[in-house]
Amino acid sequence: MTALTVVRPGALTTVQDLGRPGHAHLGVPRSGALDAAAHRLADRLVGNPETYATLETTVDGCAVRVDAAVTFAVTGAPCAVRADGRPVAWGAPVRVPAGTVVDVGRARAGLRSYVAFAGGVAVAPVLGSRSRDLLSGLGPDPLTAGAVLPLGAPCGPPAAVDAAPCPAPPSDALVLPLVPGPRADWFAPTALDALDRGAYRVSSASNRIGLRTEGPALERARPGELPSEGMVLGAVQVPPDGRPVVFLADHPTTGGYPVIGVVPEPALPAAAQAAPGTPVRFAVTRA
Amino acid sequence: MTALRDEAPRPLRVGRHALLVEVAGTAAAQALHAELLRRRAAGTLPPVTEIVPAARTVLLDGLDDPGALAADLAGWTVPPLPPADGEPVVIPVRYDGEDLAEVAALWGVGAAEVAGVHSSFDFRVAFCGFAPGFGYLTGLPPELHVPRRATPRTAVPAGSVALAGPYTGVYPRSSPGGWLLVGRTDAVMWDPGREPAALLAPGTRVRFEVLR
Repeated sequence: MTALTVVRPGALTTVQDLGRPGHAHLGVPRSGALDAAAHRLADRLVGNPETYATLETTVDGCAVRVDAAVTFAVTGAPCAVRADGRPVAWGAPVRVPAGTVVDVGRARAGLRSYVAFAGGVAVAPVLGSRSRDLLSGLGPDPLTAGAVLPLGAPCGPPAAVDAAPCPAPPSDALVLPLVPGPRADWFAPTALDALDRGAYRVSSASNRIGLRTEGPALERARPGELPSEGMVLGAVQVPPDGRPVVFLADHPTTGGYPVIGVVPEPALPAAAQAAPGTPVRFAVTRA
Repeated sequence: MTALRDEAPRPLRVGRHALLVEVAGTAAAQALHAELLRRRAAGTLPPVTEIVPAARTVLLDGLDDPGALAADLAGWTVPPLPPADGEPVVIPVRYDGEDLAEVAALWGVGAAEVAGVHSSFDFRVAFCGFAPGFGYLTGLPPELHVPRRATPRTAVPAGSVALAGPYTGVYPRSSPGGWLLVGRTDAVMWDPGREPAALLAPGTRVRFEVLR
Protein backbone atom coordinates (compact mmCIF):
# COMPACT_ATOMS: atom_id res chain seq x y z
CA MET A 1 0.00 0.00 0.00
CA THR A 2 1.19 3.51 -0.77
CA ALA A 3 2.20 5.52 2.27
CA LEU A 4 3.89 8.71 3.32
CA THR A 5 6.47 9.16 6.06
CA VAL A 6 6.55 12.33 8.11
CA VAL A 7 9.92 14.11 7.77
CA ARG A 8 8.97 17.40 9.45
CA PRO A 9 5.62 17.47 11.30
CA GLY A 10 5.45 21.27 11.64
CA ALA A 11 3.86 23.09 14.56
CA LEU A 12 0.58 21.18 14.28
CA THR A 13 -0.36 19.05 11.32
CA THR A 14 -3.49 16.94 11.56
CA VAL A 15 -5.49 14.66 9.29
CA GLN A 16 -8.82 16.29 8.42
CA ASP A 17 -11.86 15.59 6.29
CA LEU A 18 -15.37 17.00 6.52
CA GLY A 19 -15.72 15.83 10.12
CA ARG A 20 -18.27 13.72 11.95
CA PRO A 21 -21.52 15.68 12.19
CA GLY A 22 -24.51 13.85 13.64
CA HIS A 23 -22.96 12.75 16.94
CA ALA A 24 -23.27 15.94 19.00
CA HIS A 25 -25.93 14.31 21.20
CA LEU A 26 -23.22 11.88 22.37
CA GLY A 27 -20.82 14.71 23.21
CA VAL A 28 -18.80 14.24 20.00
CA PRO A 29 -17.76 17.47 18.24
CA ARG A 30 -18.17 17.66 14.47
CA SER A 31 -14.47 18.48 13.89
CA GLY A 32 -13.23 18.52 10.27
CA ALA A 33 -11.07 20.88 8.21
CA LEU A 34 -11.22 24.43 9.60
CA ASP A 35 -10.93 25.93 6.13
CA ALA A 36 -13.38 23.52 4.54
CA ALA A 37 -13.31 25.40 1.22
CA ALA A 38 -9.54 24.95 0.90
CA HIS A 39 -9.81 21.29 1.91
CA ARG A 40 -12.44 20.65 -0.76
CA LEU A 41 -10.41 22.42 -3.42
CA ALA A 42 -7.26 20.44 -2.59
CA ASP A 43 -9.20 17.19 -2.92
CA ARG A 44 -10.75 18.24 -6.23
CA LEU A 45 -7.36 19.22 -7.65
CA VAL A 46 -6.01 15.69 -7.19
CA GLY A 47 -9.19 13.93 -8.37
CA ASN A 48 -10.50 12.97 -4.93
CA PRO A 49 -14.06 13.21 -3.66
CA GLU A 50 -14.28 16.08 -1.16
CA THR A 51 -14.76 13.56 1.64
CA TYR A 52 -11.20 12.23 1.33
CA ALA A 53 -8.82 13.20 4.13
CA THR A 54 -6.12 15.84 3.66
CA LEU A 55 -3.37 17.19 5.90
CA GLU A 56 -4.11 20.49 7.67
CA THR A 57 -0.91 22.34 8.58
CA THR A 58 -0.56 25.25 10.99
CA VAL A 59 1.76 28.23 10.42
CA ASP A 60 4.92 26.44 9.31
CA GLY A 61 3.72 23.67 7.01
CA CYS A 62 5.18 20.16 7.06
CA ALA A 63 7.29 17.79 5.01
CA VAL A 64 6.55 14.18 4.06
CA ARG A 65 8.27 11.55 1.90
CA VAL A 66 6.05 9.57 -0.46
CA ASP A 67 6.96 5.92 -1.13
CA ALA A 68 5.32 5.78 -4.56
CA ALA A 69 4.63 8.15 -7.42
CA VAL A 70 1.67 10.29 -6.45
CA THR A 71 -0.20 13.49 -7.33
CA PHE A 72 -0.63 16.07 -4.58
CA ALA A 73 -1.91 19.63 -4.28
CA VAL A 74 -1.52 22.36 -1.66
CA THR A 75 -4.24 24.97 -0.99
CA GLY A 76 -5.32 27.24 1.88
CA ALA A 77 -2.60 29.48 3.22
CA PRO A 78 -0.25 30.41 0.33
CA CYS A 79 3.27 29.10 0.86
CA ALA A 80 6.35 27.86 -0.95
CA VAL A 81 5.97 24.21 -2.02
CA ARG A 82 9.04 22.12 -2.83
CA ALA A 83 9.56 18.62 -4.20
CA ASP A 84 13.03 17.37 -3.23
CA GLY A 85 13.99 21.01 -2.81
CA ARG A 86 12.77 22.21 -6.21
CA PRO A 87 9.94 24.78 -6.23
CA VAL A 88 6.65 23.41 -7.56
CA ALA A 89 3.20 24.90 -7.96
CA TRP A 90 0.89 25.88 -5.10
CA GLY A 91 -2.85 25.53 -5.80
CA ALA A 92 -2.35 23.01 -8.61
CA PRO A 93 -1.93 19.25 -8.97
CA VAL A 94 1.74 18.19 -8.93
CA ARG A 95 2.93 14.69 -9.88
CA VAL A 96 6.09 13.44 -8.12
CA PRO A 97 8.02 10.15 -8.33
CA ALA A 98 8.48 7.62 -5.54
CA GLY A 99 10.80 8.76 -2.76
CA THR A 100 10.15 12.48 -3.19
CA VAL A 101 10.13 14.71 -0.12
CA VAL A 102 7.18 17.09 -0.43
CA ASP A 103 7.82 20.22 1.66
CA VAL A 104 5.00 22.61 2.42
CA GLY A 105 6.56 25.87 3.57
CA ARG A 106 5.66 28.50 6.11
CA ALA A 107 2.37 30.32 5.44
CA ARG A 108 2.98 33.66 3.71
CA ALA A 109 -0.55 34.76 4.63
CA GLY A 110 -3.14 32.94 6.69
CA LEU A 111 -2.31 30.02 8.95
CA ARG A 112 -3.45 26.70 7.57
CA SER A 113 -2.49 24.96 4.34
CA TYR A 114 -4.19 21.79 3.06
CA VAL A 115 -2.26 19.01 1.37
CA ALA A 116 -4.28 16.51 -0.61
CA PHE A 117 -2.81 13.32 -2.10
CA ALA A 118 -4.56 11.35 -4.83
CA GLY A 119 -6.34 8.56 -2.97
CA GLY A 120 -6.51 10.54 0.26
CA VAL A 121 -4.91 9.91 3.64
CA ALA A 122 -6.40 6.52 4.40
CA VAL A 123 -6.10 6.13 8.17
CA ALA A 124 -8.92 4.19 9.85
CA PRO A 125 -12.05 6.32 10.28
CA VAL A 126 -13.61 6.88 13.70
CA LEU A 127 -17.39 7.35 13.65
CA GLY A 128 -17.23 7.82 9.91
CA SER A 129 -14.47 10.45 9.85
CA ARG A 130 -10.68 10.53 9.69
CA SER A 131 -10.52 13.96 11.32
CA ARG A 132 -8.41 14.59 14.38
CA ASP A 133 -10.56 16.23 17.03
CA LEU A 134 -8.29 18.07 19.44
CA LEU A 135 -10.99 18.55 22.07
CA SER A 136 -12.02 14.90 22.39
CA GLY A 137 -8.84 13.24 21.19
CA LEU A 138 -10.71 11.29 18.51
CA GLY A 139 -9.08 10.41 15.21
CA PRO A 140 -5.42 9.98 14.29
CA ASP A 141 -2.73 11.65 16.39
CA PRO A 142 -1.22 14.89 15.09
CA LEU A 143 1.76 14.15 12.84
CA THR A 144 5.09 13.33 14.48
CA ALA A 145 8.46 12.84 12.82
CA GLY A 146 8.79 9.31 11.44
CA ALA A 147 5.07 8.57 11.55
CA VAL A 148 3.78 6.61 8.55
CA LEU A 149 0.33 7.33 7.11
CA PRO A 150 -1.32 5.15 4.47
CA LEU A 151 -2.64 6.61 1.23
CA GLY A 152 -5.64 5.20 -0.61
CA ALA A 153 -5.80 4.21 -4.25
CA PRO A 154 -6.37 7.16 -6.63
CA CYS A 155 -9.91 7.09 -7.90
CA GLY A 156 -10.09 9.82 -10.51
CA PRO A 157 -7.88 11.85 -12.80
CA PRO A 158 -6.45 15.04 -11.30
CA ALA A 159 -8.05 18.32 -12.30
CA ALA A 160 -6.93 19.66 -15.66
CA VAL A 161 -5.93 23.08 -14.39
CA ASP A 162 -2.69 24.97 -14.17
CA ALA A 163 -3.83 26.96 -11.16
CA ALA A 164 -7.05 27.24 -9.19
CA PRO A 165 -8.55 30.53 -8.03
CA CYS A 166 -8.52 30.75 -4.24
CA PRO A 167 -9.65 33.58 -2.01
CA ALA A 168 -6.65 35.11 -0.27
CA PRO A 169 -6.67 34.71 3.51
CA PRO A 170 -7.30 37.95 5.38
CA SER A 171 -4.18 39.92 6.13
CA ASP A 172 -5.28 43.40 7.18
CA ALA A 173 -8.67 42.77 8.80
CA LEU A 174 -11.20 40.02 9.34
CA VAL A 175 -14.85 40.99 9.02
CA LEU A 176 -17.25 38.42 10.45
CA PRO A 177 -20.98 38.73 9.86
CA LEU A 178 -22.93 37.93 13.01
CA VAL A 179 -26.58 36.97 13.38
CA PRO A 180 -27.77 37.87 16.92
CA GLY A 181 -29.15 35.20 19.25
CA PRO A 182 -29.98 32.95 20.98
CA ARG A 183 -28.86 34.64 24.23
CA ALA A 184 -28.33 38.21 23.06
CA ASP A 185 -30.85 39.22 25.72
CA TRP A 186 -28.40 38.11 28.43
CA PHE A 187 -26.27 41.13 27.49
CA ALA A 188 -26.66 44.83 28.04
CA PRO A 189 -28.74 46.53 25.31
CA THR A 190 -25.56 48.27 24.16
CA ALA A 191 -23.58 45.02 23.80
CA LEU A 192 -24.54 44.29 20.18
CA ASP A 193 -23.53 47.83 19.19
CA ALA A 194 -20.33 47.47 21.19
CA LEU A 195 -19.64 44.22 19.35
CA ASP A 196 -20.45 45.81 16.00
CA ARG A 197 -18.19 48.81 16.56
CA GLY A 198 -15.59 47.21 18.80
CA ALA A 199 -11.99 46.93 17.71
CA TYR A 200 -11.11 43.30 18.38
CA ARG A 201 -8.01 41.34 17.55
CA VAL A 202 -7.40 37.63 17.10
CA SER A 203 -5.86 36.29 20.31
CA SER A 204 -2.86 33.99 20.24
CA ALA A 205 -4.90 31.59 22.41
CA SER A 206 -6.98 30.71 19.33
CA ASN A 207 -6.99 27.10 18.18
CA ARG A 208 -9.16 24.54 16.37
CA ILE A 209 -11.73 24.82 19.15
CA GLY A 210 -12.29 28.55 18.87
CA LEU A 211 -11.12 31.89 17.56
CA ARG A 212 -10.51 33.85 20.74
CA THR A 213 -10.50 37.62 20.64
CA GLU A 214 -9.02 40.49 22.59
CA GLY A 215 -10.89 43.77 22.82
CA PRO A 216 -13.64 45.53 24.72
CA ALA A 217 -15.46 43.28 27.20
CA LEU A 218 -19.17 42.81 26.47
CA GLU A 219 -21.37 43.77 29.37
CA ARG A 220 -23.87 41.28 30.71
CA ALA A 221 -27.41 42.31 31.64
CA ARG A 222 -28.17 39.05 33.40
CA PRO A 223 -25.71 37.73 35.93
CA GLY A 224 -25.55 34.12 36.90
CA GLU A 225 -25.03 30.86 35.12
CA LEU A 226 -26.76 29.51 32.07
CA PRO A 227 -27.53 25.80 32.23
CA SER A 228 -25.45 24.02 29.58
CA GLU A 229 -27.06 24.01 26.16
CA GLY A 230 -26.23 22.78 22.66
CA MET A 231 -23.67 24.78 20.69
CA VAL A 232 -23.37 25.24 16.92
CA LEU A 233 -20.41 25.84 14.64
CA GLY A 234 -19.81 29.60 14.49
CA ALA A 235 -21.51 30.32 17.82
CA VAL A 236 -20.01 33.39 19.50
CA GLN A 237 -19.83 32.47 23.16
CA VAL A 238 -18.98 35.11 25.73
CA PRO A 239 -17.20 33.81 28.84
CA PRO A 240 -17.11 35.82 32.09
CA ASP A 241 -14.18 37.94 30.87
CA GLY A 242 -16.52 39.42 28.24
CA ARG A 243 -14.29 38.61 25.23
CA PRO A 244 -16.14 36.81 22.43
CA VAL A 245 -14.99 33.36 21.30
CA VAL A 246 -16.05 32.14 17.84
CA PHE A 247 -16.52 28.38 17.95
CA LEU A 248 -14.65 26.49 15.21
CA ALA A 249 -14.82 22.82 14.17
CA ASP A 250 -13.57 21.20 17.41
CA HIS A 251 -15.95 23.21 19.62
CA PRO A 252 -17.64 21.54 22.59
CA THR A 253 -21.09 20.17 21.80
CA THR A 254 -22.64 21.92 24.78
CA GLY A 255 -21.60 25.00 26.72
CA GLY A 256 -22.65 27.05 29.68
CA TYR A 257 -21.80 30.59 28.60
CA PRO A 258 -24.34 32.67 26.72
CA VAL A 259 -24.12 32.89 22.93
CA ILE A 260 -24.67 36.47 21.74
CA GLY A 261 -24.78 35.53 18.07
CA VAL A 262 -23.67 33.16 15.35
CA VAL A 263 -21.15 33.71 12.53
CA PRO A 264 -22.59 31.98 9.43
CA GLU A 265 -20.55 29.04 8.18
CA PRO A 266 -19.39 30.62 4.87
CA ALA A 267 -17.43 33.20 6.90
CA LEU A 268 -15.59 30.64 9.03
CA PRO A 269 -12.76 29.67 6.63
CA ALA A 270 -11.53 33.27 6.81
CA ALA A 271 -11.70 33.10 10.61
CA ALA A 272 -9.68 29.89 10.54
CA GLN A 273 -6.98 31.63 8.51
CA ALA A 274 -6.73 34.78 10.64
CA ALA A 275 -3.37 35.03 12.38
CA PRO A 276 -3.04 36.23 15.97
CA GLY A 277 -3.12 40.04 16.05
CA THR A 278 -5.38 40.34 12.99
CA PRO A 279 -8.02 43.05 13.59
CA VAL A 280 -11.53 41.58 13.78
CA ARG A 281 -14.80 43.35 13.17
CA PHE A 282 -18.16 41.75 13.84
CA ALA A 283 -20.75 43.04 11.36
CA VAL A 284 -24.06 42.50 13.12
CA THR A 285 -26.76 41.51 10.65
CA ARG A 286 -30.36 40.57 11.13
CA ALA A 287 -31.28 37.03 10.06
CA MET B 1 -37.51 36.98 32.73
CA THR B 2 -41.00 36.01 31.72
CA ALA B 3 -42.45 32.91 33.25
CA LEU B 4 -42.49 29.91 30.99
CA ARG B 5 -45.62 27.91 30.65
CA ASP B 6 -44.73 24.30 31.30
CA GLU B 7 -46.19 23.05 28.07
CA ALA B 8 -44.94 25.79 25.74
CA PRO B 9 -41.57 25.17 24.09
CA ARG B 10 -39.91 28.50 23.31
CA PRO B 11 -37.87 28.39 20.08
CA LEU B 12 -34.85 30.70 19.82
CA ARG B 13 -33.07 31.25 16.52
CA VAL B 14 -29.42 30.19 16.45
CA GLY B 15 -27.89 31.55 13.27
CA ARG B 16 -29.39 30.58 9.93
CA HIS B 17 -29.77 26.84 10.32
CA ALA B 18 -30.51 26.04 13.94
CA LEU B 19 -33.14 26.42 16.65
CA LEU B 20 -32.67 26.22 20.37
CA VAL B 21 -35.94 25.16 21.95
CA GLU B 22 -36.19 26.19 25.57
CA VAL B 23 -38.51 24.42 27.98
CA ALA B 24 -39.20 24.57 31.71
CA GLY B 25 -36.62 22.09 32.94
CA THR B 26 -34.76 18.84 32.47
CA ALA B 27 -37.85 16.62 32.51
CA ALA B 28 -39.51 18.81 29.87
CA ALA B 29 -36.32 18.75 27.77
CA GLN B 30 -36.26 14.94 27.98
CA ALA B 31 -39.92 14.83 26.94
CA LEU B 32 -39.35 17.20 24.01
CA HIS B 33 -36.28 15.22 22.94
CA ALA B 34 -38.30 11.99 22.97
CA GLU B 35 -41.06 13.68 20.94
CA LEU B 36 -38.52 15.00 18.40
CA LEU B 37 -37.04 11.51 17.97
CA ARG B 38 -40.54 10.08 17.60
CA ARG B 39 -41.41 12.62 14.92
CA ARG B 40 -38.11 12.07 13.12
CA ALA B 41 -38.67 8.31 13.10
CA ALA B 42 -42.21 8.89 11.81
CA GLY B 43 -40.88 11.11 9.03
CA THR B 44 -42.82 14.17 10.21
CA LEU B 45 -39.81 16.25 11.28
CA PRO B 46 -37.93 18.27 8.64
CA PRO B 47 -34.41 16.94 7.91
CA VAL B 48 -32.01 17.87 10.72
CA THR B 49 -28.32 17.02 11.31
CA GLU B 50 -28.19 17.22 15.10
CA ILE B 51 -30.74 16.92 17.90
CA VAL B 52 -28.92 17.84 21.11
CA PRO B 53 -30.82 17.74 24.39
CA ALA B 54 -29.39 19.62 27.39
CA ALA B 55 -30.48 20.82 30.83
CA ARG B 56 -33.54 22.77 29.72
CA THR B 57 -33.17 23.03 25.96
CA VAL B 58 -33.04 20.91 22.84
CA LEU B 59 -30.90 22.18 19.95
CA LEU B 60 -31.86 21.33 16.38
CA ASP B 61 -29.00 22.05 13.98
CA GLY B 62 -28.78 21.68 10.23
CA LEU B 63 -32.32 22.81 9.42
CA ASP B 64 -33.18 24.28 6.02
CA ASP B 65 -35.90 26.53 7.41
CA PRO B 66 -35.68 27.06 11.19
CA GLY B 67 -38.40 29.73 11.01
CA ALA B 68 -40.94 27.28 9.63
CA LEU B 69 -40.20 24.72 12.34
CA ALA B 70 -40.32 27.44 15.02
CA ALA B 71 -43.80 28.43 13.85
CA ASP B 72 -44.86 24.79 13.72
CA LEU B 73 -43.58 24.13 17.26
CA ALA B 74 -46.02 26.67 18.66
CA GLY B 75 -48.84 24.28 17.84
CA TRP B 76 -47.22 21.19 19.33
CA THR B 77 -48.47 19.38 22.37
CA VAL B 78 -45.51 17.51 23.84
CA PRO B 79 -46.67 14.47 25.78
CA PRO B 80 -44.97 13.80 29.13
CA LEU B 81 -41.86 11.64 28.93
CA PRO B 82 -43.09 8.10 28.37
CA PRO B 83 -41.74 5.43 30.69
CA ALA B 84 -38.57 3.97 29.17
CA ASP B 85 -39.06 0.55 27.66
CA GLY B 86 -36.50 -2.17 27.26
CA GLU B 87 -33.86 -3.40 29.66
CA PRO B 88 -31.72 -0.83 31.45
CA VAL B 89 -27.95 -0.69 31.01
CA VAL B 90 -26.52 -2.08 34.25
CA ILE B 91 -23.32 -0.47 35.54
CA PRO B 92 -21.54 -2.43 38.29
CA VAL B 93 -19.98 -0.03 40.80
CA ARG B 94 -17.54 -0.43 43.67
CA TYR B 95 -18.72 2.32 46.01
CA ASP B 96 -15.38 3.40 47.47
CA GLY B 97 -14.99 6.91 46.01
CA GLU B 98 -12.88 9.60 47.64
CA ASP B 99 -15.92 11.74 48.43
CA LEU B 100 -18.07 8.92 49.80
CA ALA B 101 -17.96 10.24 53.37
CA GLU B 102 -18.88 13.74 52.22
CA VAL B 103 -21.84 12.46 50.22
CA ALA B 104 -22.92 10.29 53.16
CA ALA B 105 -22.82 13.35 55.44
CA LEU B 106 -24.84 15.42 52.94
CA TRP B 107 -27.39 12.62 52.70
CA GLY B 108 -27.45 12.06 56.46
CA VAL B 109 -26.56 8.37 56.19
CA GLY B 110 -23.54 6.25 57.05
CA ALA B 111 -20.84 5.84 54.40
CA ALA B 112 -21.73 2.17 54.03
CA GLU B 113 -25.31 3.08 53.12
CA VAL B 114 -24.50 5.32 50.12
CA ALA B 115 -24.19 2.33 47.79
CA GLY B 116 -27.61 0.94 48.71
CA VAL B 117 -29.29 4.33 48.43
CA HIS B 118 -27.68 5.36 45.14
CA SER B 119 -28.23 2.01 43.46
CA SER B 120 -31.89 1.89 44.47
CA PHE B 121 -33.02 4.44 41.87
CA ASP B 122 -33.82 4.13 38.20
CA PHE B 123 -31.71 6.54 36.18
CA ARG B 124 -32.13 7.92 32.71
CA VAL B 125 -29.64 9.76 30.50
CA ALA B 126 -30.99 13.30 30.17
CA PHE B 127 -28.23 14.43 27.85
CA CYS B 128 -24.55 13.92 27.01
CA GLY B 129 -21.67 16.36 26.78
CA PHE B 130 -18.39 17.35 28.40
CA ALA B 131 -16.64 14.42 26.71
CA PRO B 132 -17.72 11.72 24.25
CA GLY B 133 -19.76 9.17 26.18
CA PHE B 134 -20.32 11.31 29.29
CA GLY B 135 -24.00 11.16 30.18
CA TYR B 136 -25.88 13.36 32.63
CA LEU B 137 -28.15 10.88 34.43
CA THR B 138 -31.27 12.03 36.23
CA GLY B 139 -33.16 9.95 38.77
CA LEU B 140 -31.93 11.07 42.20
CA PRO B 141 -34.70 12.73 44.22
CA PRO B 142 -34.14 16.44 45.01
CA GLU B 143 -33.20 15.80 48.66
CA LEU B 144 -30.19 13.80 47.49
CA HIS B 145 -28.79 16.47 45.15
CA VAL B 146 -25.26 17.51 46.14
CA PRO B 147 -23.05 20.50 45.28
CA ARG B 148 -19.87 20.38 43.24
CA ARG B 149 -16.45 20.58 44.86
CA ALA B 150 -15.29 24.16 45.40
CA THR B 151 -12.01 23.26 43.70
CA PRO B 152 -12.20 20.78 40.81
CA ARG B 153 -9.73 17.90 40.74
CA THR B 154 -7.16 18.19 37.96
CA ALA B 155 -7.54 14.50 37.14
CA VAL B 156 -10.52 12.28 37.88
CA PRO B 157 -9.77 8.63 37.00
CA ALA B 158 -11.64 6.97 34.13
CA GLY B 159 -14.64 4.99 35.36
CA SER B 160 -15.30 7.28 38.32
CA VAL B 161 -18.97 7.43 39.29
CA ALA B 162 -19.73 10.93 40.46
CA LEU B 163 -22.54 13.20 41.59
CA ALA B 164 -23.27 16.91 41.07
CA GLY B 165 -26.56 18.74 41.45
CA PRO B 166 -29.36 16.53 40.14
CA TYR B 167 -26.96 14.44 38.06
CA THR B 168 -24.97 11.25 38.27
CA GLY B 169 -22.19 10.70 35.71
CA VAL B 170 -19.46 8.23 34.85
CA TYR B 171 -16.17 9.66 33.56
CA PRO B 172 -15.37 7.89 30.25
CA ARG B 173 -11.68 8.80 30.52
CA SER B 174 -9.40 10.59 32.92
CA SER B 175 -10.20 14.29 32.90
CA PRO B 176 -10.43 17.28 35.22
CA GLY B 177 -13.69 17.36 37.15
CA GLY B 178 -15.50 18.92 40.08
CA TRP B 179 -18.11 16.26 40.81
CA LEU B 180 -18.19 14.27 44.07
CA LEU B 181 -16.74 10.79 43.56
CA VAL B 182 -18.72 7.93 45.10
CA GLY B 183 -17.30 4.93 43.28
CA ARG B 184 -15.69 3.33 40.29
CA THR B 185 -16.77 1.02 37.49
CA ASP B 186 -14.95 -1.09 34.92
CA ALA B 187 -17.75 -0.53 32.41
CA VAL B 188 -16.36 1.01 29.21
CA MET B 189 -18.39 4.13 28.63
CA TRP B 190 -16.81 5.03 25.29
CA ASP B 191 -15.10 2.86 22.71
CA PRO B 192 -14.92 4.25 19.17
CA GLY B 193 -14.23 0.72 17.91
CA ARG B 194 -17.52 -0.53 19.31
CA GLU B 195 -20.98 -0.14 17.80
CA PRO B 196 -22.45 1.89 19.38
CA ALA B 197 -19.36 3.71 20.64
CA ALA B 198 -21.21 5.26 23.57
CA LEU B 199 -22.64 2.97 26.25
CA LEU B 200 -25.06 5.77 27.16
CA ALA B 201 -27.11 7.96 24.85
CA PRO B 202 -29.88 10.44 25.68
CA GLY B 203 -32.91 8.47 26.84
CA THR B 204 -30.97 5.35 27.91
CA ARG B 205 -32.24 3.75 31.17
CA VAL B 206 -29.49 2.97 33.66
CA ARG B 207 -29.25 1.01 36.90
CA PHE B 208 -26.22 0.88 39.14
CA GLU B 209 -25.36 -2.44 40.74
CA VAL B 210 -23.35 -2.66 43.95
CA LEU B 211 -20.10 -4.60 43.63
CA ARG B 212 -18.70 -5.75 46.92
